[in-house]
Amino acid sequence: MEPSLLSAIFILTTMGLLLGYGLGMAAKYLRVEKDPLVDDIEALLPGTNCGQCGLPGCASAAQALAAREAPVTLCPPGGKLLAQQLADTLDITVDLSAMGEEVPAFAVIDPDQCNGCTRCYKVCATDAIMGANRQIHTVFTEACNGCGKCVEVCPTQGLILVPEAPSLRRWHWPKPKSA
Amino acid sequence: MFSFMRKRPAFQGGVHPDDRKQATSGLPIEPLPLPARLYLPVQQHIGAAARPVVKAGDTVLKGQMIAQGDGAVSAAVHAPTSGRILAVAPHPAPHPSGLPVETIVIEPDGEECWVDQPDPEHALNLAPEVIARRVAEAGVVGMGGATFPAAIKLNLGSRHHIDTLIINGSECEPYLTCDDRLMRERTDEVIDGIRIIRHALGARRALVVVEDNKPEALSALQARLYEMDTIEAMAVPTRYPMGSEKHMIKAVTGREIPAGKLGADIGVIVHNVGTAYAVHRAVRMGRPLISRIVTVGGGAVRRPANLEVLLGTRVEDLLAHCGGTRQPPARLLMGGPMMGQVMPHAQVPVIKGSNGIIALTAEEINIGQTMPCIRCGRCVAACPCGLMPLEMAARIRNEDMDGAVDYGLMDCVACGSCSYVCPSHIPLVQFFHHAKGVLGARREQQRRQEEIKRLAQQRRERQEAEARAKAEAAERRKAEREAAKRKAEEAKAARAAKAAAVQEPPKTPAADQAET
Repeated sequence: MEPSLLSAIFILTTMGLLLGYGLGMAAKYLRVEKDPLVDDIEALLPGTNCGQCGLPGCASAAQALAAREAPVTLCPPGGKLLAQQLADTLDITVDLSAMGEEVPAFAVIDPDQCNGCTRCYKVCATDAIMGANRQIHTVFTEACNGCGKCVEVCPTQGLILVPEAPSLRRWHWPKPKSA
Repeated sequence: MFSFMRKRPAFQGGVHPDDRKQATSGLPIEPLPLPARLYLPVQQHIGAAARPVVKAGDTVLKGQMIAQGDGAVSAAVHAPTSGRILAVAPHPAPHPSGLPVETIVIEPDGEECWVDQPDPEHALNLAPEVIARRVAEAGVVGMGGATFPAAIKLNLGSRHHIDTLIINGSECEPYLTCDDRLMRERTDEVIDGIRIIRHALGARRALVVVEDNKPEALSALQARLYEMDTIEAMAVPTRYPMGSEKHMIKAVTGREIPAGKLGADIGVIVHNVGTAYAVHRAVRMGRPLISRIVTVGGGAVRRPANLEVLLGTRVEDLLAHCGGTRQPPARLLMGGPMMGQVMPHAQVPVIKGSNGIIALTAEEINIGQTMPCIRCGRCVAACPCGLMPLEMAARIRNEDMDGAVDYGLMDCVACGSCSYVCPSHIPLVQFFHHAKGVLGARREQQRRQEEIKRLAQQRRERQEAEARAKAEAAERRKAEREAAKRKAEEAKAARAAKAAAVQEPPKTPAADQAET
């Protein structure tokens, strides 16, 4: 065998071993400590990665929250309840009265518009849409958290978010006006 | 002789409103003529709504089941008369919001033709489960207004040791006299119902508790009960809210229900007299719950009355039968004036829990201008649950629901005694209704959030599993392909070897020859 070939093999193997060892050591000694707060926050977030907060997903939203770079009211599907939970976790006080009692919304498919492209059910983070190729799809409202991902991908604009209609089960007395 | 010294059963707190029962307490129960339409909501009870089993156009017989109980806590609905189903559609519910609820509309045919009845049996020979099943099939719910399915409470004897059955005939709400009339006019039926319930629960004794402002009802009951009977009729002082389960148990047995527990946990079950009557009808006669007795009263009603009404009759039909209203009522209530529900209009139907239709005039409600709390503490003295309504309301006003819960909001029975005594006319109980609603909505939202999280997690796991399966399948296919290739090569090699072997023998002699 050619001596130059042998030396090339030797050099590359040595480099590989050294760099691999170096990386291994770096991973061990130079590891970035993950803030446990981020994990706590991530556990609170819905985990559907819908992107309505403007961040790439729930994990990055949790990081932004932990770094106090994002407001606790960032998550529309979480609503007031989540905002309060986040404020408690981050140990800050916020005035949530401006947020209002939001009405949960869910997606509705217009059967006239649906062409059965299956795009919406592929993006649904909670498997709330059922359908098959060239079949009209439908939404399980109980499983839908109204994140609106499906609305964005629908090519025929046959999906809309509808606020939940008032019902006896949801109704409760308003706050009385008092002096 | 020393009876005046005997400690009278009671509870701490409470109020003593003018009972205003004189207008109807002397009036016998009169049947209301068949109305033109009956509106039967599928949700007339606490728990899951019943599922309709009829559709528009069907003909039904009196007593036929038209909606089936759905789930563990639910109750069936039966046709109150024979006729045709006009629709199964949303109709305003007898509820302050006036929101629609799925309702079965019946047009009576006037025949009153009963569906086939099961043969009557000797009720006291039946097993408790059979009694509970009969009661469940008849759609009986708590008739005092709470409308909890009665069969579930009849079955508690198997899980808890029940020593005392209390039959609530206190009727502590002002204006209402329907239970009073029932105890007076249908005494035997009520007592029979009590015997059946006592038997089903296996309770040692049964007490019929009547407030001392209804002496006729008490003496009617006592006249029908014999010495050493397992059922005893007893009087309690007239004090609101005597009819509340917690307070009745405290007043009668001296036992207190721990926070968050039920009467069954301390060996006591409370049923209303109306429920006892309905149980008698269901078990002894096989008749489902299709009618109830309703007191129509209040200053705005021209001719107050006690009516026996088919369920589903609209409030306006009741008022029309009572000569209409003298003036437009300032407030129309279903139930009593203390805990009754405000009705949005008179087109809502009477349901299983409607014990009264009270049309009040402006003078009767006496709405004062709400003024600041002066911390006089009258609400604290009046609260029968030993709570501090002023503190709870102050927290709810500032949206601090958890603070209100810390002050015992969940032990509040919403009796309204605090609002009744407040000299500043602060809507205290309305604050508690609001807070409980907000807390309920919050629980619901929490449940939903957890469900969404679970679904998202499941999807992630499924996608990972799919990706893994895909990778494995690709691996397998590759392995198979390679195996096939190897096999083909081996076969080729074998073929070649065979071909060589076949060619060899003829060659050998030649080679031998060549060598030689």
